[in-house]
Amino acid sequence: MSEIQDYKSSIKFETFSYLPELTPDEIRKQVAYIVSKGWNPGIEHVEVERSFNYYWYMWKLPMFGEHDIDRVLSELEACHRAHPTHHVRLIGYDNYAQSQGLTFVVYRGQ
Amino acid sequence: MSAKKYTAGVKEYRQTYWTPDYVPTDSDILAVFKITPQPGVDREEAAGAVAAESSTGTWTTVWTDLLTDLDYYKGRCYKIEDVPGDDTCFYAFVAYPIDLFEESSVVNVFTSLVGNVFGFKAVRALRLEDVRFPLAYVKTCNGPPHGIQVERDKMNKYGRPLLGCTIKPKLGLSAKNYGRAVYEVLRGGLDFTKDDENVNSQPFMRWRDRFLFVAEAIDNAEAETGERKGHYLNVTAPSPEEMYERAEFAKELGMPIIMHDYLTGGFCANTGLARWCRKNGILLHIHRAMHAVIDRNPHHGIHFRVLAKALRLSGGDHLHTGTVVGKLEGDREATLGWIDLLRDRFIKEDRSRGIFFDQDWGSMPGVFPVASGGIHVWHMPALVAIFGDDSVLQFGGGTLGHPWGNAAGAAANRVALEACVKARNEGRDIEREAKQILTAAAADSPELKIAMETWKEIKFEFDTVDKLDTQNR
Repeated sequence: MSEIQDYKSSIKFETFSYLPELTPDEIRKQVAYIVSKGWNPGIEHVEVERSFNYYWYMWKLPMFGEHDIDRVLSELEACHRAHPTHHVRLIGYDNYAQSQGLTFVVYRGQ
Repeated sequence: MSAKKYTAGVKEYRQTYWTPDYVPTDSDILAVFKITPQPGVDREEAAGAVAAESSTGTWTTVWTDLLTDLDYYKGRCYKIEDVPGDDTCFYAFVAYPIDLFEESSVVNVFTSLVGNVFGFKAVRALRLEDVRFPLAYVKTCNGPPHGIQVERDKMNKYGRPLLGCTIKPKLGLSAKNYGRAVYEVLRGGLDFTKDDENVNSQPFMRWRDRFLFVAEAIDNAEAETGERKGHYLNVTAPSPEEMYERAEFAKELGMPIIMHDYLTGGFCANTGLARWCRKNGILLHIHRAMHAVIDRNPHHGIHFRVLAKALRLSGGDHLHTGTVVGKLEGDREATLGWIDLLRDRFIKEDRSRGIFFDQDWGSMPGVFPVASGGIHVWHMPALVAIFGDDSVLQFGGGTLGHPWGNAAGAAANRVALEACVKARNEGRDIEREAKQILTAAAADSPELKIAMETWKEIKFEFDTVDKLDTQNR
């Protein structure tokens, strides 16, 4: 048995926030998953200290019917460039379930 | 209308209640019973007797039968089928007109369907296998207070199963020490903690003290993690008045979710509490203590899929369903059948999953199935594959038993879950690649690494007692 270690909690941001930051290739695969499910990609961002709120700032409008993974990735990047210190998250809107099929933070703010 | 004459005496049930030409209507409540008749009682007579005794009939003709339109009100057996692989019993399909039952009353439906008939002498054993609730009846019921979609929005959790943990030891902790255990688990990364079902308001920990300490634990964990958290505060109580008193206090503390035991508490209490939860914006977790007494015997009682449907009608946002892989009973295909009955809008007849009827729930919200009992990180890939995103996976010992404590145990489970969801989304076969996926995730999480070493050898591989009826067994 190894020595007991202390566990230090820290601010997280829901799905995938307990994993190391995703690599560009891993992000691409999650975007592909959202597109393959027929969900509508949407982008939101917020200051780190306000991240507990339900509503973040919308980046433009959700990209309804967008199948081009590169387009989604370039919008994510554009949002991040415009707000480099913010969390930027990608949402897959599932309009049949009236819910979000997947949401995760792509760029982690500071 | 031809007039009937009254003749006193005992008639064969089959004359009135076995009607093989009957075509069920869309508004009938349909039931399928597995009947094991007494020796010498033929199938049609036993089936007719079950239809009669669960609806209008009694053992002898009575003159008041002629004051009513018996042909409209009676339950009818309209079909008999063999049970695959078992000659001692058979299936009887019974149709009940919707007007036999009070609207929105699970209590009334079950008082008829599984009432006196289960003690009836002509049958040696009797089991209610499935019930089709017509949409016309479903629409009279309140159902889950919020449902899966609203709960996700309230808790702000998407794209993954939710994670919970039952606080142990089950009994004996003081309220303050109990709150500590809750706090540690939530700050470590789980979404929910849970009162054990038999934690109500005992001398060692009165409910009000528990609620207060748990509330601080939740508030602190939310502040430290930036994520929404909850604890299923068990409001199951000796009387409805006390149950509502506890629920009101949880609301006063701003708690997001409470809990009830729907079988020991009863359908009347459960339906009332579910309506209260809808009205007050509080989620409702449902535990199922006593279910195995009712559903485990393959020849007698009520199948769990029926109890699950009853809960969806009565109301609850979560229901324990068994894990398939853990320490508690549950055949994989049958479990998949009843978790779909809890979650989906329309479920097709599928005998390979034990579903005897199409079931249309209309707009009734779905219930989160809860997998709880004897599960740990090594089960995570299978659980994600079996249950999918719309589920709550609960690790009790699998969180609290971590060598470094509750917070580390919680983090280990959360990392394992997210690694599995991520891999699944990437198109990988997470059950087959379970070991690689978890091992890779553990490289960045010392908590997961230790958890994997701790529970490496623990498996629960006993054959299930209640299996689906199939020829090859």
